[in-house]
Amino acid sequence: MKFGVVQFPGSNCDLDCYYALNDIMHVPVEWVWHKQESLDGFDCIFLPGGFTYGDYLRVGAIARYSPVMTAVIDFAEKGGLVIGICNGFQVLTEAGLLPGALIRNECLHFICKQQTVRVENIDTPFTGMCQKKQVLQIPIAHGEGCYYADKETINRLEKNNQIILKYCDVNGNISKQANPNGSLSNIAGISNKTRNVFGLMPHPERCIEDCLGSDDGRLIFESILMYFEKKNILVK
Amino acid sequence: MWAVKVNIELKKGVLDAQGKTTHKALHSLGFHNIKEVRVGKLIELQVEGGSREEVERQVKDMCLKLLANPVIEDFKYEIEEQ
Repeated sequence: MKFGVVQFPGSNCDLDCYYALNDIMHVPVEWVWHKQESLDGFDCIFLPGGFTYGDYLRVGAIARYSPVMTAVIDFAEKGGLVIGICNGFQVLTEAGLLPGALIRNECLHFICKQQTVRVENIDTPFTGMCQKKQVLQIPIAHGEGCYYADKETINRLEKNNQIILKYCDVNGNISKQANPNGSLSNIAGISNKTRNVFGLMPHPERCIEDCLGSDDGRLIFESILMYFEKKNILVK
Repeated sequence: MWAVKVNIELKKGVLDAQGKTTHKALHSLGFHNIKEVRVGKLIELQVEGGSREEVERQVKDMCLKLLANPVIEDFKYEIEEQ
Protein backbone atom coordinates (compact mmCIF):
# COMPACT_ATOMS: atom_id res chain seq x y z
CA MET A 1 0.00 0.00 0.00
CA LYS A 2 1.24 3.40 -0.90
CA PHE A 3 0.22 7.01 -0.32
CA GLY A 4 0.99 9.81 -2.75
CA VAL A 5 1.26 13.54 -2.07
CA VAL A 6 0.80 15.65 -5.19
CA GLN A 7 3.05 18.65 -5.66
CA PHE A 8 1.74 21.45 -7.83
CA PRO A 9 3.65 24.67 -8.36
CA GLY A 10 2.52 26.70 -5.36
CA SER A 11 1.60 23.80 -3.07
CA ASN A 12 2.87 24.64 0.41
CA CYS A 13 1.35 22.04 2.73
CA ASP A 14 2.87 19.16 0.78
CA LEU A 15 5.69 18.70 3.32
CA ASP A 16 3.22 18.72 6.22
CA CYS A 17 1.19 15.95 4.55
CA TYR A 18 4.33 13.97 3.82
CA TYR A 19 5.53 14.42 7.41
CA ALA A 20 2.17 13.30 8.81
CA LEU A 21 2.14 10.16 6.68
CA ASN A 22 5.82 9.27 6.84
CA ASP A 23 6.99 10.42 10.27
CA ILE A 24 3.81 10.15 12.31
CA MET A 25 1.73 7.43 10.69
CA HIS A 26 4.79 5.51 9.41
CA VAL A 27 3.20 4.51 6.12
CA PRO A 28 4.88 4.35 2.71
CA VAL A 29 4.50 7.67 0.93
CA GLU A 30 5.88 9.12 -2.29
CA TRP A 31 5.79 12.50 -3.95
CA VAL A 32 3.69 12.83 -7.08
CA TRP A 33 4.85 15.62 -9.38
CA HIS A 34 2.06 17.55 -11.13
CA LYS A 35 3.32 16.42 -14.52
CA GLN A 36 3.03 12.74 -13.65
CA GLU A 37 0.43 11.03 -15.80
CA SER A 38 -0.05 7.75 -13.96
CA LEU A 39 -0.98 6.84 -10.40
CA ASP A 40 -0.44 3.11 -10.80
CA GLY A 41 0.53 1.47 -7.52
CA PHE A 42 -1.00 4.14 -5.28
CA ASP A 43 -3.89 3.52 -2.89
CA CYS A 44 -4.53 7.00 -1.56
CA ILE A 45 -3.70 10.41 -3.02
CA PHE A 46 -3.39 13.67 -1.08
CA LEU A 47 -3.92 17.01 -2.79
CA PRO A 48 -2.27 19.38 -0.30
CA GLY A 49 -3.01 22.97 0.61
CA GLY A 50 -1.26 25.96 -0.85
CA PHE A 51 -1.75 28.50 -3.59
CA THR A 52 -1.41 26.52 -6.79
CA TYR A 53 -0.42 28.74 -9.69
CA GLY A 54 -0.71 31.75 -7.40
CA ASP A 55 -4.50 31.28 -7.21
CA TYR A 56 -4.60 33.08 -10.57
CA LEU A 57 -7.93 33.31 -12.38
CA ARG A 58 -9.76 31.36 -9.65
CA VAL A 59 -8.47 29.18 -6.82
CA GLY A 60 -7.61 25.74 -8.19
CA ALA A 61 -8.65 26.61 -11.75
CA ILE A 62 -5.24 26.22 -13.38
CA ALA A 63 -4.08 23.25 -11.28
CA ARG A 64 -7.22 21.42 -12.31
CA TYR A 65 -5.70 21.11 -15.81
CA SER A 66 -2.31 19.80 -14.65
CA PRO A 67 -1.46 16.48 -16.31
CA VAL A 68 -1.71 14.70 -12.96
CA MET A 69 -5.37 15.66 -12.60
CA THR A 70 -6.42 13.46 -15.51
CA ALA A 71 -4.79 10.60 -13.61
CA VAL A 72 -6.45 11.69 -10.33
CA ILE A 73 -9.89 11.75 -11.98
CA ASP A 74 -9.28 8.31 -13.45
CA PHE A 75 -7.96 7.02 -10.10
CA ALA A 76 -11.03 8.38 -8.26
CA GLU A 77 -13.42 6.90 -10.81
CA LYS A 78 -11.85 3.49 -10.19
CA GLY A 79 -12.49 3.88 -6.44
CA GLY A 80 -9.09 5.13 -5.27
CA LEU A 81 -9.10 7.32 -2.18
CA VAL A 82 -8.50 11.01 -2.85
CA ILE A 83 -8.34 13.65 -0.13
CA GLY A 84 -8.05 17.35 -0.94
CA ILE A 85 -7.16 19.68 1.89
CA CYS A 86 -7.82 23.43 1.61
CA ASN A 87 -6.43 24.34 -1.82
CA GLY A 88 -6.68 20.62 -2.63
CA PHE A 89 -10.43 20.84 -1.89
CA GLN A 90 -10.67 23.83 -4.24
CA VAL A 91 -8.87 21.87 -6.97
CA LEU A 92 -11.29 18.93 -6.50
CA THR A 93 -14.34 21.16 -6.97
CA GLU A 94 -12.81 22.83 -10.03
CA ALA A 95 -12.09 19.36 -11.44
CA GLY A 96 -15.70 18.34 -10.90
CA LEU A 97 -14.78 15.49 -8.55
CA LEU A 98 -16.77 17.26 -5.84
CA PRO A 99 -19.82 19.47 -6.35
CA GLY A 100 -20.00 23.19 -5.63
CA ALA A 101 -17.26 25.79 -5.37
CA LEU A 102 -15.23 27.69 -2.78
CA ILE A 103 -15.48 31.44 -2.94
CA ARG A 104 -14.09 34.43 -1.07
CA ASN A 105 -14.73 34.33 2.68
CA GLU A 106 -17.81 36.34 3.59
CA CYS A 107 -15.69 38.58 5.82
CA LEU A 108 -13.09 39.04 3.03
CA HIS A 109 -10.24 38.35 5.46
CA PHE A 110 -7.75 35.56 5.22
CA ILE A 111 -8.58 33.50 8.32
CA CYS A 112 -5.89 31.57 10.15
CA LYS A 113 -7.02 30.08 13.45
CA GLN A 114 -7.98 27.01 15.42
CA GLN A 115 -11.48 25.92 14.47
CA THR A 116 -13.93 23.36 15.77
CA VAL A 117 -15.78 21.14 13.34
CA ARG A 118 -18.37 18.45 13.93
CA VAL A 119 -18.17 15.08 12.22
CA GLU A 120 -21.49 14.59 10.44
CA ASN A 121 -20.85 11.21 8.88
CA ILE A 122 -18.58 8.52 10.31
CA ASP A 123 -19.44 6.01 7.63
CA THR A 124 -16.62 7.08 5.30
CA PRO A 125 -13.02 5.92 4.75
CA PHE A 126 -11.87 9.26 6.20
CA THR A 127 -13.89 9.43 9.42
CA GLY A 128 -14.39 5.81 10.49
CA MET A 129 -12.33 6.32 13.66
CA CYS A 130 -14.40 9.30 14.80
CA GLN A 131 -17.40 9.17 17.09
CA LYS A 132 -20.76 10.25 15.81
CA LYS A 133 -21.05 14.07 16.05
CA GLN A 134 -17.55 14.25 17.53
CA VAL A 135 -16.14 17.75 17.76
CA LEU A 136 -12.61 18.06 16.39
CA GLN A 137 -10.25 20.98 16.74
CA ILE A 138 -8.50 21.47 13.43
CA PRO A 139 -6.88 24.70 12.23
CA ILE A 140 -8.09 26.56 9.17
CA ALA A 141 -6.05 28.95 7.01
CA HIS A 142 -7.78 30.29 3.94
CA GLY A 143 -9.06 33.33 2.11
CA GLU A 144 -11.45 31.44 -0.11
CA GLY A 145 -13.19 28.81 1.96
CA CYS A 146 -16.80 29.85 1.68
CA TYR A 147 -18.57 26.79 0.31
CA TYR A 148 -21.23 27.52 -2.26
CA ALA A 149 -23.53 25.30 -4.29
CA ASP A 150 -27.07 25.83 -5.56
CA LYS A 151 -29.96 24.86 -3.33
CA GLU A 152 -30.61 21.63 -5.15
CA THR A 153 -27.00 20.51 -4.68
CA ILE A 154 -27.01 21.40 -0.97
CA ASN A 155 -30.23 19.40 -0.51
CA ARG A 156 -28.70 16.47 -2.36
CA LEU A 157 -25.55 16.62 -0.20
CA GLU A 158 -27.69 16.64 2.95
CA LYS A 159 -29.88 13.80 1.74
CA ASN A 160 -26.96 11.58 0.72
CA ASN A 161 -25.00 12.34 3.90
CA GLN A 162 -22.19 13.78 1.82
CA ILE A 163 -21.56 16.60 4.27
CA ILE A 164 -18.79 15.14 6.39
CA LEU A 165 -17.69 18.11 8.50
CA LYS A 166 -19.55 21.21 9.63
CA TYR A 167 -18.17 24.27 11.39
CA CYS A 168 -19.44 24.34 14.95
CA ASP A 169 -18.71 25.93 18.31
CA VAL A 170 -16.72 24.12 21.02
CA ASN A 171 -19.89 22.39 22.22
CA GLY A 172 -20.73 21.10 18.78
CA ASN A 173 -23.52 23.58 18.07
CA ILE A 174 -23.91 24.51 14.42
CA SER A 175 -24.66 28.21 14.21
CA LYS A 176 -23.96 31.29 12.15
CA GLN A 177 -21.58 32.52 14.88
CA ALA A 178 -19.58 29.30 14.59
CA ASN A 179 -19.28 29.69 10.83
CA PRO A 180 -15.96 31.41 10.09
CA ASN A 181 -16.33 32.07 6.38
CA GLY A 182 -19.99 32.12 5.37
CA SER A 183 -20.09 28.56 3.99
CA LEU A 184 -23.60 27.40 3.17
CA SER A 185 -24.94 24.96 5.79
CA ASN A 186 -21.67 25.51 7.74
CA ILE A 187 -19.98 23.09 5.34
CA ALA A 188 -16.31 22.45 6.15
CA GLY A 189 -15.89 19.17 4.26
CA ILE A 190 -17.82 17.01 1.81
CA SER A 191 -17.41 13.74 -0.01
CA ASN A 192 -18.58 12.49 -3.36
CA LYS A 193 -21.51 10.12 -3.50
CA THR A 194 -19.32 7.02 -3.43
CA ARG A 195 -17.36 8.38 -0.41
CA ASN A 196 -13.91 7.85 -1.91
CA VAL A 197 -13.22 11.53 -2.62
CA PHE A 198 -13.08 13.88 0.36
CA GLY A 199 -12.48 17.62 0.34
CA LEU A 200 -12.11 19.76 3.46
CA MET A 201 -10.96 23.27 4.27
CA PRO A 202 -9.48 22.51 7.73
CA HIS A 203 -5.94 21.14 7.89
CA PRO A 204 -5.77 17.77 9.70
CA GLU A 205 -2.08 17.45 8.78
CA ARG A 206 -1.39 20.49 10.97
CA CYS A 207 -2.73 18.91 14.14
CA ILE A 208 -1.27 15.47 14.45
CA GLU A 209 0.86 15.92 17.56
CA ASP A 210 0.08 17.34 20.99
CA CYS A 211 2.82 19.93 20.61
CA LEU A 212 0.85 21.43 17.70
CA GLY A 213 -2.02 22.33 20.00
CA SER A 214 -4.23 19.44 18.97
CA ASP A 215 -3.81 15.96 17.60
CA ASP A 216 -7.40 15.60 16.43
CA GLY A 217 -6.18 15.51 12.83
CA ARG A 218 -4.71 12.07 13.49
CA LEU A 219 -8.23 10.66 13.50
CA ILE A 220 -8.56 11.40 9.79
CA PHE A 221 -5.26 9.63 9.03
CA GLU A 222 -6.06 6.72 11.36
CA SER A 223 -9.48 6.36 9.74
CA ILE A 224 -7.86 5.94 6.32
CA LEU A 225 -5.50 3.28 7.72
CA MET A 226 -8.37 1.47 9.39
CA TYR A 227 -10.27 1.53 6.11
CA PHE A 228 -7.36 -0.17 4.36
CA GLU A 229 -6.88 -2.66 7.19
CA LYS A 230 -10.52 -3.65 6.91
CA LYS A 231 -10.03 -4.17 3.21
CA ASN A 232 -6.99 -6.30 4.02
CA ILE A 233 -4.64 -3.96 2.27
CA LEU A 234 -1.34 -4.14 4.10
CA VAL A 235 -0.56 -0.84 5.73
CA LYS A 236 3.13 -1.47 6.21
CA MET B 1 -7.04 39.49 -35.78
CA TRP B 2 -9.98 39.48 -33.41
CA ALA B 3 -10.23 41.43 -30.17
CA VAL B 4 -12.26 39.53 -27.63
CA LYS B 5 -13.51 40.87 -24.32
CA VAL B 6 -14.85 38.33 -21.86
CA ASN B 7 -16.86 39.61 -18.91
CA ILE B 8 -17.19 37.30 -15.96
CA GLU B 9 -19.46 37.98 -13.03
CA LEU B 10 -20.73 36.02 -10.08
CA LYS B 11 -24.19 34.58 -10.61
CA LYS B 12 -27.11 36.29 -8.95
CA GLY B 13 -27.54 34.64 -5.58
CA VAL B 14 -23.84 33.92 -5.10
CA LEU B 15 -22.50 36.04 -2.28
CA ASP B 16 -20.31 38.78 -3.73
CA ALA B 17 -18.24 39.73 -0.69
CA GLN B 18 -16.03 42.10 -2.72
CA GLY B 19 -19.07 43.86 -4.16
CA LYS B 20 -20.66 44.25 -0.75
CA THR B 21 -17.51 45.67 0.80
CA THR B 22 -16.97 48.05 -2.11
CA HIS B 23 -20.58 49.14 -1.76
CA LYS B 24 -20.02 49.98 1.90
CA ALA B 25 -16.84 51.88 1.06
CA LEU B 26 -18.65 53.93 -1.60
CA HIS B 27 -21.39 54.65 0.90
CA SER B 28 -18.92 55.94 3.45
CA LEU B 29 -17.44 58.21 0.76
CA GLY B 30 -20.82 59.84 0.42
CA PHE B 31 -22.22 57.98 -2.58
CA HIS B 32 -25.53 57.26 -0.94
CA ASN B 33 -27.53 56.55 -4.08
CA ILE B 34 -25.76 53.28 -4.99
CA LYS B 35 -28.23 50.40 -4.94
CA GLU B 36 -25.85 47.53 -5.56
CA VAL B 37 -22.21 46.84 -6.44
CA ARG B 38 -21.06 43.66 -8.15
CA VAL B 39 -17.38 43.01 -8.80
CA GLY B 40 -16.47 40.86 -11.78
CA LYS B 41 -13.53 40.51 -14.09
CA LEU B 42 -12.64 41.42 -17.62
CA ILE B 43 -10.40 39.21 -19.71
CA GLU B 44 -9.09 40.56 -23.03
CA LEU B 45 -7.86 38.21 -25.70
CA GLN B 46 -6.22 38.81 -29.04
CA VAL B 47 -7.16 35.90 -31.29
CA GLU B 48 -5.52 35.23 -34.63
CA GLY B 49 -7.24 34.00 -37.78
CA GLY B 50 -10.47 32.11 -38.29
CA SER B 51 -13.98 33.30 -38.95
CA ARG B 52 -16.12 35.10 -36.39
CA GLU B 53 -18.08 31.86 -35.86
CA GLU B 54 -14.93 29.87 -35.23
CA VAL B 55 -13.61 32.45 -32.77
CA GLU B 56 -16.96 32.55 -31.00
CA ARG B 57 -17.00 28.77 -30.69
CA GLN B 58 -13.48 28.84 -29.28
CA VAL B 59 -14.25 31.61 -26.79
CA LYS B 60 -17.33 29.80 -25.53
CA ASP B 61 -15.28 26.64 -25.09
CA MET B 62 -12.55 28.54 -23.21
CA CYS B 63 -15.14 30.09 -20.90
CA LEU B 64 -16.79 26.80 -20.06
CA LYS B 65 -13.51 24.97 -19.56
CA LEU B 66 -11.32 27.50 -17.81
CA LEU B 67 -12.12 31.21 -17.85
CA ALA B 68 -15.37 30.94 -15.91
CA ASN B 69 -16.70 28.43 -13.40
CA PRO B 70 -20.33 27.79 -14.40
CA VAL B 71 -21.15 26.74 -10.83
CA ILE B 72 -20.70 30.29 -9.57
CA GLU B 73 -20.14 32.55 -12.57
CA ASP B 74 -21.90 33.83 -15.70
CA PHE B 75 -19.97 35.07 -18.70
CA LYS B 76 -20.59 37.35 -21.67
CA TYR B 77 -18.25 38.20 -24.51
CA GLU B 78 -17.79 40.71 -27.31
CA ILE B 79 -15.82 39.90 -30.45
CA GLU B 80 -14.51 42.67 -32.69
CA GLU B 81 -12.48 42.39 -35.87
CA GLN B 82 -9.32 44.48 -35.89
